[in-house]
Amino acid sequence: MLKVEDMHVYYGAIHAIKGVSFEVGEGEIVALIGANGAGKSTILKTVSGLMHPRSGNISFCGQDIAHMDAYKLLRHGLAHVPEGRRIFLQMTVQENLEMGAYINKEVSQKDLDMVFNYFPRLKERRKQIAGTLSGGEQQMLAMSRALMSHPKLMMLDEPSMGLAPILVDQIFEIIKELHKSGTTILLVEQNARKALQIADRAYVLETGGITLSGTGAELASSDEVRKAYLGG
Amino acid sequence: MQILQYLINGISIGAVYAIIALGYTMVYGIAKMLNFAHGDIIMVGAYISFCVTNYLGLPAFVSVIAAMAVCTLLGILIEKLAYMPLRGTPSLAVLITAIGVSYFLQNGAQLIWGSAPKNFASIVPLKPVFLAGGELVITGEVIVTILASVLIMVGLTLFTTKTKIGKAMRAVSEDRAAAQLMGISVNNTISMTFAIGSALAAIAGVLLCSTVPTLQPTTGAMPGIRAFTAAVFGGIGSIPGAMLGGILLGIIETFSKAFISTQFSDAIVFSVLIIILLVKPAGLLGKQIQEKV
Repeated sequence: MLKVEDMHVYYGAIHAIKGVSFEVGEGEIVALIGANGAGKSTILKTVSGLMHPRSGNISFCGQDIAHMDAYKLLRHGLAHVPEGRRIFLQMTVQENLEMGAYINKEVSQKDLDMVFNYFPRLKERRKQIAGTLSGGEQQMLAMSRALMSHPKLMMLDEPSMGLAPILVDQIFEIIKELHKSGTTILLVEQNARKALQIADRAYVLETGGITLSGTGAELASSDEVRKAYLGG
Repeated sequence: MQILQYLINGISIGAVYAIIALGYTMVYGIAKMLNFAHGDIIMVGAYISFCVTNYLGLPAFVSVIAAMAVCTLLGILIEKLAYMPLRGTPSLAVLITAIGVSYFLQNGAQLIWGSAPKNFASIVPLKPVFLAGGELVITGEVIVTILASVLIMVGLTLFTTKTKIGKAMRAVSEDRAAAQLMGISVNNTISMTFAIGSALAAIAGVLLCSTVPTLQPTTGAMPGIRAFTAAVFGGIGSIPGAMLGGILLGIIETFSKAFISTQFSDAIVFSVLIIILLVKPAGLLGKQIQEKV
């Protein structure tokens, strides 16, 4: 579904991503793990068109998207829930969801019911200004907003960041449910343990390059990964 | 009674500043730039209205619509030709370009219409209303200006809170990258903002020249700067802020002209601005950005 080949990305003169290749097949959950600053978020930003690679190929459902503008990609079915959630803090929960449905013809009650079914808490708070939500609720809103357009592939950047353990579990449960209902997931996480538990396959990223790859279970039991990311 | 008269006149000129300030503040909120050529769009709008009534002999309301149409196109064109290629460059480059566009418009107007002032005939057909036994005069221009500003304010508020495009504009203004991830085209949104701001500038130009009937290529410059001040005063980026800032500025200006000095009125207006910004750096209704971790 998504295929990245030998992608190089620069921030000005800084060579941030040095020839990364990976694939996400339809129906998979693929995790990208690695330390802070390894380039995980940069990879997602480049795939979603917020940044562009200097060289290399990115294709999505057979179409070359390496230089496509970000706003066009959602129409092809690629959604990106960015790092730090980036919900519209001054707009209400309902308005945030409406923005998620911007490319749809209308904001349908069916879609709203679907996201409220995943996240009942948001239904109670639909009139509230998003900036007043708790961190967990903001993450739920960010995911709901992306769901409104029924994406084929959902890229999640650090969905567990800053959340209490119980909320982290809840978010991961919902990622599993989304996956069951047919959404392909590309997950970027610092919480490697959690990510490897649910991932079909995973890639380990270190300073701009992929150093290891395998199934979630393989990586979870590999010595290198255990030492570096799972606390021995 | 005299004070009430000054107050009404102040609100009226302030309402013109407010309409101009709305354009400044919307463009700042969405394109994150100060469009210093905005004041000169006012002047172009007034010239178009002048030409349509004087040379084509068409009725006043047609001239207003023509002025709005021309200014809308001009606004979009300026953004596409001058500002869009500079997106992503340091804001200083955009600012200098905006000042360049401002001079370009002034000199262009001088080339087309000459530098001699034109006598702009008011487009308002209403007779003045005399109150309190003739002591209080409310001119037709004052009534129309205040009404227009209220209508524009209500219209813009409804537009940004009820329509899909209006909400998308707020989304772009708050977080450009996140808005793109929603499928919103930033370029189209910015064009739309310039279109609305410039159409409002055309209305402001006609209202301004109906009150102060001298029209020349520099007509828009000073009101433009005052309206920019009003936008900062009210909190740049905030629509109600622009409205409040404009009206307060008009009142302060009128009172300082009446009671202190005509020559020093601008100095007084800007001193008030400096004091307000020292106390409230984000302006009267400006948002203090808060982030939640």
